[in-house]
Amino acid sequence: MTDLTVRDGTVERGRPTVLLSSVSSDAHTWNLVFLQLLLEDMGHDVVNLGPCVPDDLLVAACRRHRPDVVVISTVNGHGHIDGPRVVRRLRAEAVPPEVPVLIGGKLTVGRGGAGRVAALLAAGFDGVYEDDDGVAEFCGYLEGLRRPALEGGPG
Amino acid sequence: MTALDDLARLARHRGEPVVQPRMGFARPARMRAGLARTRAARALTAGTITVDSYTRVGDLAGVREALAAGAELNGFPLVAHGPGVTRAVVAGIGEAGFPVQVRHGSAMPLPIVATLLAAGLDATEGGPVSYCLPYGRTPLRESVAQWARCCELLAAHGGHLESFGGCLLGQLCPPGLLVAVSVLEGIFFRRHGLRAISLSYAQQADTAQDIEAIAALRALAAEMLPDVDPHIVLYTHMGAYPRSRDGARELLRESARLAVWAGAERLIVKTTAEAARIPTVEENVAALETAAVTARRHRGRPVPVPPQDTGVLAEARALVEAVLDLDGDLGRAFVRAFERGVLDVPYCLHPDNRNRARAAVDAGGRLRWVSVGAMPIRGITPTAPASAVDARSFLRMLSFVRDAYDRPPPTPDTPAHIRTHPSARDNDPDK
Repeated sequence: MTDLTVRDGTVERGRPTVLLSSVSSDAHTWNLVFLQLLLEDMGHDVVNLGPCVPDDLLVAACRRHRPDVVVISTVNGHGHIDGPRVVRRLRAEAVPPEVPVLIGGKLTVGRGGAGRVAALLAAGFDGVYEDDDGVAEFCGYLEGLRRPALEGGPG
Repeated sequence: MTALDDLARLARHRGEPVVQPRMGFARPARMRAGLARTRAARALTAGTITVDSYTRVGDLAGVREALAAGAELNGFPLVAHGPGVTRAVVAGIGEAGFPVQVRHGSAMPLPIVATLLAAGLDATEGGPVSYCLPYGRTPLRESVAQWARCCELLAAHGGHLESFGGCLLGQLCPPGLLVAVSVLEGIFFRRHGLRAISLSYAQQADTAQDIEAIAALRALAAEMLPDVDPHIVLYTHMGAYPRSRDGARELLRESARLAVWAGAERLIVKTTAEAARIPTVEENVAALETAAVTARRHRGRPVPVPPQDTGVLAEARALVEAVLDLDGDLGRAFVRAFERGVLDVPYCLHPDNRNRARAAVDAGGRLRWVSVGAMPIRGITPTAPASAVDARSFLRMLSFVRDAYDRPPPTPDTPAHIRTHPSARDNDPDK
């Protein structure tokens, strides 16, 4: 059975580690539980910080766990406000440029639009995934990361 | 006793539940209009002031910024508006015969409780476990301490407190644990001086299991709280809600039937807008009246679902007794219970929850334990295999109720196992 425990110790290396978190104002949980199961089914180790994560805690957790990927999931419609603030701090204080930081969920109260996505990308995210359709795209991105670089050709 | 207790007693006598919305607006005039409209609905109604989520987490600066910017909040900013404004909102509306309850979702509710009492209101809801674990990171120990003070404050004013323990994360929690937390919070309230108490249960995915659970809640409450006679409040389904209008309305109707069949004195409704956004006042009134019509049609009729005992009462009793045995002080017992996993809410990510317990919805809609973790209830109710919980099955379970009610009504060819869609029931006078 999948172990969904929130871990506070250092994760042993081997499988790629995803640090999964919500943002400070978002109390939703089921999105985080589902993503943990999905990521583990795909072969990742997951550190799940849960809902209502203060910015300081997120920064500290990224420093401690040194994840291979950071995934922010938020569904209360304030992601377009909270996301840029969070990613700027992560990039400045805790996450090196080669580590992807992704955000997804319901990021606005109304319709998102290309402008919002561009703003999130400009703030420092490597991927923005909105609503239900975003999940397949998100999985595709992670699968791409896991594939080793091709060396030479067939021969 | 408060006006809410009096109305619940009338509901018990009439055999039809009090119906109540969730409703909160930032602007006092709009809040007042919503309460007046609720009162005028053709039903036995109670009013609700739902507090916004900045107030819920104690972020008063956030409230003031939003109000100054003219932004719409998702509820009534009770503390920022203060007792004077709130008193004016309910003046001439919230009085004998029409109780108004404040609903808030806060783990640290002292400012909310102090304000509602100062405004002359006397009813609210929540609890040290039910408003702490599911919605944030406030340490359980701090929530317990503050809720104890709130209980004492409410008790000194003769107030009413409803446990939210029958909801927890809204879905995927088997009924034995929902009943146990609701009863335990009721005992906590009583020990801190309250006498006007209600206990809750949230509609799940199988009506027969829900009826058994509510009977267990009533039996255990009578045993554990013999001198206060708490009434029971049912929440229309709190998980993923149907997106279709017909499906949403049918799920609401099923909750109204469940309230009548199980004898719940109060029902908190959901609207047809639930899956999409915060409902309007008119959508709320339509939901209140639909629920009332359905309840009246079914009262006094035989219950078409045969009674059953699959062990929900035994499971709830085992949990309640195990927690009470941990410490003479129930607040300390709660903290110790979660530390040791004697209570363990499945899938709850709160740092104070062990999160070893797992549960699943079976093909017919019944909630079952996959693993009970360290809870002392092994083998009491039927279980589901561990293979039931992977990402794909999990998504199916999360939307089980939504999917069942969004599906077109069954035809004679529909497999018998799809029992949650109530129009499959032969003797349904709503049809």
